[in-house]
Amino acid sequence: MCLSIPSRVVKVDEEAKSCTVDTMGVQRDASLMMMADGDVQVGDFVLLHIGFVMNKIDEEEAKVSLETYKEILALMDEEERRKTILEDDNCENRT
Amino acid sequence: MKIALKNLYDDFRDGDTIKAFAKIIYEDAKKLDRTINIMEVCGGHTHTIMKYGLPQLMPENINFIHGPGCPVCIMPKERIDHAYVLAMQEDVILVTLGDMIKVPGSQGSLQDARSKGADVRFVYSPLECLKIAEDNPDKKVIFFAIGFETTTPMTAALLDQVIKKGIKNILVHINHVTVPEAMEILVNNTESHIDAFIGPSHVSVIAGSHIYAPFVGKYHRPVVVSGFEPVDVMEGISMIVKQFLEGRSSLEVQYKRAVSSEGNLHAQALNDTFFEKRENFRWRGIGDIPKSALQLKSAFAVYDAEVRYADILPHEEINDHKLCICGKILRGAAKPPECTIFGTACKPSTPIGSCMVSSEGACAAYYKYGNLL
Amino acid sequence: MKKTVTLAHGNGGEENNELIHKIFYKRFENSILARSEDAAVIEDGKLAFTTDSFTVSPLFFPGGDIGKLAVCGTCNDLAMMGAKPKYLTCSVIIEEGFALEELERIVESMQQELAINGAQVVSGDTKVVPRGSVDKLFINTTGIGEIRRKGISASALKEEMSILVSRDVGAHGATIFAAREGISLESDLKTDCTSLYPQVEDLIEAGIEIVALRDATRGGLAAVLNEWAGSSDICIEVEEASVPVRDEVKGICELLGFEAVNLANEGTFVLCVAEADATKALECLQSTHESAAIIGTVTGEYRGKVVLRSSWGTKRFLDLPTGELLPRIC
Repeated sequence: MCLSIPSRVVKVDEEAKSCTVDTMGVQRDASLMMMADGDVQVGDFVLLHIGFVMNKIDEEEAKVSLETYKEILALMDEEERRKTILEDDNCENRT
Repeated sequence: MKIALKNLYDDFRDGDTIKAFAKIIYEDAKKLDRTINIMEVCGGHTHTIMKYGLPQLMPENINFIHGPGCPVCIMPKERIDHAYVLAMQEDVILVTLGDMIKVPGSQGSLQDARSKGADVRFVYSPLECLKIAEDNPDKKVIFFAIGFETTTPMTAALLDQVIKKGIKNILVHINHVTVPEAMEILVNNTESHIDAFIGPSHVSVIAGSHIYAPFVGKYHRPVVVSGFEPVDVMEGISMIVKQFLEGRSSLEVQYKRAVSSEGNLHAQALNDTFFEKRENFRWRGIGDIPKSALQLKSAFAVYDAEVRYADILPHEEINDHKLCICGKILRGAAKPPECTIFGTACKPSTPIGSCMVSSEGACAAYYKYGNLL
Repeated sequence: MKKTVTLAHGNGGEENNELIHKIFYKRFENSILARSEDAAVIEDGKLAFTTDSFTVSPLFFPGGDIGKLAVCGTCNDLAMMGAKPKYLTCSVIIEEGFALEELERIVESMQQELAINGAQVVSGDTKVVPRGSVDKLFINTTGIGEIRRKGISASALKEEMSILVSRDVGAHGATIFAAREGISLESDLKTDCTSLYPQVEDLIEAGIEIVALRDATRGGLAAVLNEWAGSSDICIEVEEASVPVRDEVKGICELLGFEAVNLANEGTFVLCVAEADATKALECLQSTHESAAIIGTVTGEYRGKVVLRSSWGTKRFLDLPTGELLPRIC
């Protein structure tokens, strides 16, 4: 019920306080009554909740999060690799 | 790096990232000399946790306690009966969100009412009431409004339109509740010892993360506001564990891409126009939580179904079936599988308590996803 | 069970099964019916025989209409027993006031689909009922086919066999939801409604030994896998990441809180073959749909259940869907 979907705005009708959003190829209308006039632009990523745009998704913050995850993964990979090499070096079966 | 919509879904559900956080949490938890009980307040988080099998990734000393964040589940039976009674009125079309349809009151659910001939409609958005009212001028359209802070402004938006358009045949029945007051009761509950909270995602989007600041200041428990996707929840848990390692208890926001400190002011203004806090409201399984629910301001009494139909709405407290432990589950004192009728007499097709039929109910989550734990 | 029939009883899932067993199977008891396959195998394994009613709303949707569905649905049930569809009956119940032009379009669709299957309508019935007695048009078709590959059965699965799906899942259910009045969505989405016998024939001619075959209609992929796990008393383990789902279907599922594995299909089937045949079968399927995939294996881990394994090392049961499936989808 507090379910909220990230979508992209494809059309804005300020007068009707509504917009059209796209969620992975599926388009539907949503109300802009929760947003101040002019706040939402075509191309923005927004969160939808029961037919309303609830707020805008901060693309910069999303990018920062995703980049952080990439770094974490890279660090883990590096550790795994070092651990594997270490295990290999210390392998008793080596002559 | 340019973000596409797909990234906002897929990348926050990425299997490798989930595994990575599982590893970080595991390593950090080893350095803790205690168990941490983490409560996720929001039912949506309960579903994410269960759907993605996150308990299977947790070390022994991290324990989930499920919270009462299911706005339908926390409504006592007598209040659900309000919906039933209103629906059974001859000239009423009862409209509500999908979640309410199967919730059992003492006389049955809205689905039962419908099969007895009541006109019950479920909608995706409250604004759909406008068309229903227009198409049925001789009927009263009553919107049975449920939900936490996330959903409250949408009911306000409906009222705003009803007034602007001069619609005379729409009424609302308000059952909106708020989160911080519930957290206070829960943290003081001695049945379970909650050490930290995963703060709700979308309640916080609307109300702002600042609403938890007084709580953190008073009770010194970490609160990390996390997003809905499994990576968000895992990162949130990781942040909580780090707080314990560093001896902190602060309010943090993991869900930075959507949550700000002040929230959506426009939506809050809509709320303030129409609603005020009730003095008391009975939460199922928890009892009265003062100032935890909303009612329509008296200036709008003409739209208030609770006022207009006061003489037929039941007020006597009705308790749950004696074998139903929804109350304990909502308080975080028990988990669904501990209920003797879980999955047998009580399942989604034949629910004894609301927790089994709400999309955010803990029992529903366990029934659907929890059998391999 | 409750005292009145509810919409959930028609959902193809748990409640539906309960209704069928407690009321119908109880009184119609016989060994052929008890096998609960897509079509009845009669006359010593020579013929397949089946029936289906079509109540879909709306009548016309992107990629098809109730007529196409009425022929595909029944012919596919026959094809799923390895039978070539030969003869159909067609019974219609028409609401007073229904537009003749629409009726013509629907019957034309049926004609086209019959040609694809190489089948003929040889008998039928027409009823017209007063306004309000049915929702525009209901069609029933019954079909008979000649079995080309014997032994296809939901009870034939054994450990180590492979499970494949013929294309991406959930398109039909998602399309119907999108097209239904009251939910205004716009997308390129269309139903997967199609006649399956040609693909089955391809598999048979490629020499693949089909163990089990079923089209994933009401209840979706989840329903088929659970029926197989139950009938064969084995476990089906599915790699969640390998189940193909189109982006637009994902979008509808996100918006409305569904899971694609529970949505209905009208032109997608699930196939079980020996592990050794899996690659060849996949190639065969991919020649029609690139999205065909191997999605899992048969094991003995949790007999009678279906397990979904995630790519991050967790697992959960994928159970039979319950509850009302909101629009009438077939």
